[in-house]
Amino acid sequence: MDDIFGIPAPLLFGQLLLGLINGAFYAMLSLGLAVIFGLLNIVNLAHGAQFMMGAFAAWMLLAWGGIGYWWALLLAPIIVAVTGVILEKLFISRLYKLDHLYGLLLTFGLALIIEGIFRNEFGSSGLPYRIPPELSGAWDLGFMFLPIYRGWVVIAALVLCLATWLIIEKTRLGAYLRAATENAALVQAFGVNVPRMVTLTYGFGVALAAAAGVLAAPIYSVNPQMGSNLIIVVFAVVVIGGMGSILGSILTGFTLGVVEGLTKVFWPEASATVIFVIMAIVLVARPAGLFGRA
Amino acid sequence: MADTTASITAGTLSAAEKDAAGIWGFSRAQLIALGIMVTFLVVSPFVLYPVFLMKLLCFALFACAFNLLIGYVGLLSFGHAAYFGMGGYLAGHAAKVWGLTPELAIIVGGATAAGLGAVAGWIAIRRQGIYFAMITLALAQMVYFFCVQAPFTGGEDGIQAIPRGNLFGLIPLDRDITMYWMVAAVFLGGFLLIHRIIHSPYGQVLKSIRENQPRAVSLGYRTDDYKLLAFILSATLAGVAGATKSLVFGIATLTDVHWSMSGEVVLMTLVGGLGTVFGPVIGAGIIVAMQNYLAEMGAWVTVIQGIIFVICVMAFRRGVVGEVAALLKVKL
Repeated sequence: MDDIFGIPAPLLFGQLLLGLINGAFYAMLSLGLAVIFGLLNIVNLAHGAQFMMGAFAAWMLLAWGGIGYWWALLLAPIIVAVTGVILEKLFISRLYKLDHLYGLLLTFGLALIIEGIFRNEFGSSGLPYRIPPELSGAWDLGFMFLPIYRGWVVIAALVLCLATWLIIEKTRLGAYLRAATENAALVQAFGVNVPRMVTLTYGFGVALAAAAGVLAAPIYSVNPQMGSNLIIVVFAVVVIGGMGSILGSILTGFTLGVVEGLTKVFWPEASATVIFVIMAIVLVARPAGLFGRA
Repeated sequence: MADTTASITAGTLSAAEKDAAGIWGFSRAQLIALGIMVTFLVVSPFVLYPVFLMKLLCFALFACAFNLLIGYVGLLSFGHAAYFGMGGYLAGHAAKVWGLTPELAIIVGGATAAGLGAVAGWIAIRRQGIYFAMITLALAQMVYFFCVQAPFTGGEDGIQAIPRGNLFGLIPLDRDITMYWMVAAVFLGGFLLIHRIIHSPYGQVLKSIRENQPRAVSLGYRTDDYKLLAFILSATLAGVAGATKSLVFGIATLTDVHWSMSGEVVLMTLVGGLGTVFGPVIGAGIIVAMQNYLAEMGAWVTVIQGIIFVICVMAFRRGVVGEVAALLKVKL
């Protein structure tokens, strides 16, 4: 067996792949946070809970409705996005004129409610979600075995992230969105329904989180706490990348996932904290974040 | 030029506060409230269960420390559990392994939290607003993972069987009522200290930073230094609260460093009233009592806490004490 830096190659590549998968989730979640923050100016603390809802929606569709993975990948984000739109209409939209901190506190409260309800219904132990038959099995790449589903998660996340980037940077809708981020009042004066755009943007960010949740369902067990632990790391990722740039958050997400994976190989005890340490270093050296505007 | 403007502004600020300035910076209304609170402190152990009261007082001090940041500097720390929990761990370790007396163990806890707060604050004050909240949350999560792995914390088991010891090496604290008087003294000391800080010239500068940081900068104040000191003070008192709690219950666990604890202290302060002197105390009382009476409801407690959060943010932003103060047209 080949060794790289004294580490067996399968272990190294295995952790690298795990890192890429975690990075895919970091990228999708921080992208959603950045899109929501850009237009709504709130940090969506319910993002982790909505990620978890995506996974549960997929599980419920299968267990209660017999609807499989591929439809769930489409339907679950829509369902969760609809709940997000309702929350935005009922609560969040009433806070735009207040200090941003209230938006943070509100979404934290919403996250507690959502998580608590799911914990009451489903308990704290995880529910299994089987990998769809088309994607089960593994490819032998010569230097390692690549479980097909894991490769699929990385590719699907990349495609979703790049599609988001294309929509925001290259379409007319995205142009409205960027304009409204700069100056909402002016865009409204041109006849664009900004409040509706804000609502739909929130729904879109939530849908991204839920899609990440569906992708995560077969990898992690589906449980009510799966979002809250992840989202704190994603906050650190967002601080590191800065929320100014779409491509920046995608790149930061994947990179930090890989860094975390490599740390697991070389210094396992530090793997849980490495992203936070990087955050501290970045803040000291470049407070606005790697891609942020000061 | 900058100095004259600074002193003028400082002058007007204190003039505005002059009606409020009575004895020790307490207004008449606040003196009455303080009298009620002290009476409650003295009478309640004969009526209510002392252990419950001690828990309440520890959380009340924790919430007051947190309120010093959010209420008077406008900084929302979402990671205060780190200082509370680490204060508890180190105090427990000091009392159990080093065999220190309780007052020294509490000092060790507070000093640990101060050191931690100095580092975290130094990093976090580089950003403001929501970024500040996210950074403090992330740093606190780092502390949490440290506590999961570090050998002295005992991982999932925590530090157990922490002795209460003898106060000053003389007075045994094994009886709950004796322990209660010490906890009450710690709480009252911390409460008065925070009140003194808020009503000092330093506290006035903090408020000016809360209201308009660029202007405070242009007046020549090094706002970062002021904010950092406020952060350290707040972390220290949170550590003292955590240290006291671990001595009361004889246990220090991961619960106290978990992010949900950071959320709880935000909730206590929000319910009681952000930026009011007595609000955090009332808020802590409400939330601790609620957890006590609803304990058998399990995970529903989280849901109820979430609902209270939403209600407070949507319709009740002044909190209980803030609403009462507005009703009576006084500052509390």
